[in-house]
Amino acid sequence: MTNTLASERAEQPPRSHLIIEPEGPSVFGLENVSFWYGRKQALGDISMKIPVKRVTALIGPSGCGKTTLLRCLNRMNDLIPGVRLEGSVNYHEHNIYAKDIDPVEVRRRIGMVFQKPNPFPKSIFENVAFGARVNGYKGDMRERVEKSLRQAALWDEVSDDLKKSGLALSGGQQQRLCIARALAVQPDVILMDEPCSALDPIATLKIEDLIRDLVKELTIVIVTHNMQQAARVSDYTAFMLAGVQGVGQLIEYGPTRELFTNPRDQRTEDYITGRFG
Amino acid sequence: MQGEHIEPVDLRATGAVARRQAFSRLSRYLLLAMSLLGVATLVVLGYITIDDGAGRIDLDFLTNYPSRFADQAGLRSSALGTIWILGTTIVLAIPVAVGTAIWIEEFAPKNALLTFVKLNIANLAGVPSIIYGILGLAMFVRFADLGPSILAGALTLTLMIIPMTVIASQEAIKQVPPSLREGSLAVGATQWQTVWSHVLPSALPGIITGVILSISRAAGETAALIMIGAFSFIAFDHSLNPAEALQDDFTTIPIQIYNWTIRPQEAFRQNAAAAIILLMIAVFTLNLTAAVIRERFRRTY
Repeated sequence: MTNTLASERAEQPPRSHLIIEPEGPSVFGLENVSFWYGRKQALGDISMKIPVKRVTALIGPSGCGKTTLLRCLNRMNDLIPGVRLEGSVNYHEHNIYAKDIDPVEVRRRIGMVFQKPNPFPKSIFENVAFGARVNGYKGDMRERVEKSLRQAALWDEVSDDLKKSGLALSGGQQQRLCIARALAVQPDVILMDEPCSALDPIATLKIEDLIRDLVKELTIVIVTHNMQQAARVSDYTAFMLAGVQGVGQLIEYGPTRELFTNPRDQRTEDYITGRFG
Repeated sequence: MQGEHIEPVDLRATGAVARRQAFSRLSRYLLLAMSLLGVATLVVLGYITIDDGAGRIDLDFLTNYPSRFADQAGLRSSALGTIWILGTTIVLAIPVAVGTAIWIEEFAPKNALLTFVKLNIANLAGVPSIIYGILGLAMFVRFADLGPSILAGALTLTLMIIPMTVIASQEAIKQVPPSLREGSLAVGATQWQTVWSHVLPSALPGIITGVILSISRAAGETAALIMIGAFSFIAFDHSLNPAEALQDDFTTIPIQIYNWTIRPQEAFRQNAAAAIILLMIAVFTLNLTAAVIRERFRRTY
C-alpha cells in the first residue's frame, strides 16, 4: 500500500506533489495564469483552485507577486496601463478575463479590502451605503448599513454617530469600516491585501476574529506578510516565490496545517521557519 | 585599565560650518528683500491709484454712461458689459475645461496622442492674449459673422482661458489619491460613478481655485477684446434677454480704463484710477469668495 503510493508519487512531475488541491467546491480556478506589467513578467504559469467559504492565504517574501495575483482575481489590475494576462481566471466556471465579461459585474461579486485603510472622506453611513447605492439597492438603506456594520463588528462602536467622518475613526476601525463597505454589496468573495499591516496587534486580532466569522458566509483570500497570521486565520495556504528574473511562482499550496507542519519543499520550510535568504 | 582620553567638544560654529551658516543667514535677508521689493511696488502703485481716483468714486460714477465730459462719465455700460462677458465666458468655458480635464486624467487611453494633446494644451496656455484676439476676430467676428458682439467677445475669452483652466483642473484631479478610486471601483462602482462621487468632490477645491484664477484673468483682459473691435461708445443697457444681449456691441471696465488713460485731460486719468480701484475690488471679492467656498467645501467633505 505504502509502496504503491510512493511509486505513484515518484512518477508524477516534480512540481505537482507540492500542490494539494482543496477538496470540495471551489470559487476560483486559475489555469496557467501569467501576468505582465508592460514587458516585466510578474507571474508565471500559476494554476490553483480556491475553495468556497474557506480562508485562503497567499504568503511569500516581498515582490513574489502575491498582491498581483490577488488583484488579478477581481480585475483590479485592469486599472494599470500596459498590463497583460495570459491563461484564465475562472470564477464559478466563468473566465473573468473573457471578452464579454464586465469588470464592474466581477467586482460587485468579488469585493476587496486594501493594505492601507482607505475609507471615503464621507460619513460612516455614506461609506457603507455607497456600494449598495451604486449597485442599485432600493431597500431600507439604514437596515443594510446596520447589518454590514454589525457583520464587520463595528456597529457597537459607531452606532451613536453614523454621521461622523469615516476618517475620524482609528486605523483598526477604519479597516473594519472598509470591510463593512465591502460587505454592504453582499459579495461572494472578499479579497484582502495585507489588511492588518498598518494596524496594531489588538486591532489585528479583531480583524482576524472577524475573518473567521465572515468565512462562514463567504470566501476570503488574504495576502499576508505575517506567517503567524496565515497560520491563525487560513484554511489553505499558498506559498509564492519570485523565481528567475523576478517572475512570481506558486511553490507550494495545501491545507494550512499541512503546509506549516510538514512543508514539502525546502524553500517553503526555509521561509516559514524564518531561515529565508 | 586606564580611562579613555575624551577630546573636549566645541559645539560653537567654526570653520566651514560658520561659513555655511553665514551664507544661510545672508540668503534669508536676500530672499526677504526680494519679496519686499514686489510687495513695496504694489503698495506704491496702490497708493498712487487710490490717491488719484478715490475722490471720483460715487454712485453717479457707477450709474452714468460714458461721456465726453469727464465729471459726467461713469462705468455703467462697461460694468454691465463686464458682467455679461464674464457670465457668458463662465457658462461656455467651465464645462468644456473641466470636462476635458476629467477626460484626460480619468478616461483617456495613455498613449502618444494623449501626450500630444496635453503638450498642445500646455502650449496654448502660454499663447499671448492678442493672438486669441486675432483668432476671435477672424473666426467669430468675421467668419461666423457675429460682429464685435458680446457673444464674439465671450467666445474669444473662452478660447483664451480653456487651456489654463484645463491644466489647473488636471492638477487638482491628479491630487486625488488613487486609493480613493480603488475603494470605489472595488465595490462595483463604474468609472463614472467613481469620478462623480469621489474624484470630483475631492478635486473641487482645487478646480474652483483654478477656475477663479482664469476668470480673474478674463476679467482683466483688454487686448483680445480690443482686437475683436470692442472699443465702442456704449450708452445703453443690454437687454436682460440673453438672445438679444449676446448680439449687442459692448465695452468692459478694462477697455474703459484704457479708453480714459489715453486721453490727455487730467480728469479722465482720475476716472481711470477710480475704475481701476473698482475693478481691483471686484477681482479681490471674486478671489475671496472662491477662497471661502473652497474652505467650506474642504471642511465638509
